[in-house]
Amino acid sequence: MRRPLLAVATCVTLLSSALAAHHATAVFDLGKRLTLTGTVTEWFWANPHCLLRFDVKNDNGETTHWVAETQAPPNMIPFGWAKQSFAVGDQVKVTLEPVKNGQPLGRILQVLLPDGKTLVAGAPAIPAGETRP
Amino acid sequence: MTRRAVVAAIAAIALVTVSPVIRGQQGFRRAPGAVYDVDFQGKKSGPAPRRDISGIWEFANGGAEGIQADGAKAMPSDGKPDHELPFTPEGRKAFMDHKPTFGITQVPSALTNDPMPGCDPQGFPRIVLHNAHTEQIIQTATQVVILYQFNKKWRAIWTDGRKLPSNPEVPEWDIKGSPPPEARFWGYSVGRWVDDYTFVADSNGFDDRSWLDNAGRPHSDALHVIETYHRVDADHLEKTITIDDPKYYTRPWVALDKLPYRLQSASFEIPEQECVPSETAKYNELFANPAANGKP
Repeated sequence: MRRPLLAVATCVTLLSSALAAHHATAVFDLGKRLTLTGTVTEWFWANPHCLLRFDVKNDNGETTHWVAETQAPPNMIPFGWAKQSFAVGDQVKVTLEPVKNGQPLGRILQVLLPDGKTLVAGAPAIPAGETRP
Repeated sequence: MTRRAVVAAIAAIALVTVSPVIRGQQGFRRAPGAVYDVDFQGKKSGPAPRRDISGIWEFANGGAEGIQADGAKAMPSDGKPDHELPFTPEGRKAFMDHKPTFGITQVPSALTNDPMPGCDPQGFPRIVLHNAHTEQIIQTATQVVILYQFNKKWRAIWTDGRKLPSNPEVPEWDIKGSPPPEARFWGYSVGRWVDDYTFVADSNGFDDRSWLDNAGRPHSDALHVIETYHRVDADHLEKTITIDDPKYYTRPWVALDKLPYRLQSASFEIPEQECVPSETAKYNELFANPAANGKP
């Protein structure tokens, strides 16, 4: 089994390197994944990044206001995202890469929509007016 | 099943699970309605038209080719010895004074002095060396005009035989007509056909506010940019950008090296992509600032 394991490990390493090459900068906790279920409060379809704001309730009934970014609209449209992708009140399941500092912020990797469809985040373009990854 | 086999299986499942996300982020990006070389595998293009680079041009190998997050595509700021720029002492000082958010001298976004996040004009040549997208080229009797997607900018390259202003600080054209505008983000440009399939443009007249790329590479007011457009065949155009700035660099260097573009349908519509200060301010308030400093 040594060879298959080595091959898989190599693939993971190569892919991770490719990802990191575009996102080497500071704020994101690279490689960390969170999946959160919440209620959409705003879908800001704008430059330099679109922002999905959603509320997540914990077991104690406490609500956390999350803000998650994507790239700008021209970079999201090719992957099926649109201004109409979310409505206030939608129940969504968001997989994101959180920031390092513990704030409820992250970069969207994918979102499971109420109708069962999944939107996957697009290529790491640098949108209008923005140079941070 | 042995323990190693179990580990290998788990790793394989993890890879399959995560790879679509990685592919989605890293991968090939298609602008709506655009065609790329991958769509024409095995098909040969027709011959290049003579002295014609007009049309709507998209990167031949996918829409993400022009992003150049880490700096000019042919010379990224990645610390590799081959990509070390030939700075003069003055140029190196200017480079170190810049605080980009990408490349080997990157800083957190809260500390950057990159003019672009505030929606200052990116100018030329940064418009083709960072966040570059679809271009439309229009040829008239006296100009080659290039329309850029990002911020809906455009440049006119004179082709009526005039020469660049010899002193961009007190600019004059060598032919009759209106005086050159007060440049500075976009410079003055003149071009010529060096053969039936190669168009070369020279530009000067820049001031030093803009950056060359997203990695904070600087230029001085002595910047001279050489653009070469080579019409390879009916469907392809290659663009090369050479930076010649004797104040900041000891020799010219190539920033784009024959980057291939593919001709799009005449009905292809270039998307709108604007830097909007009010949207940027909201983004900074809700995301960038709290992400950088930990305060909501």
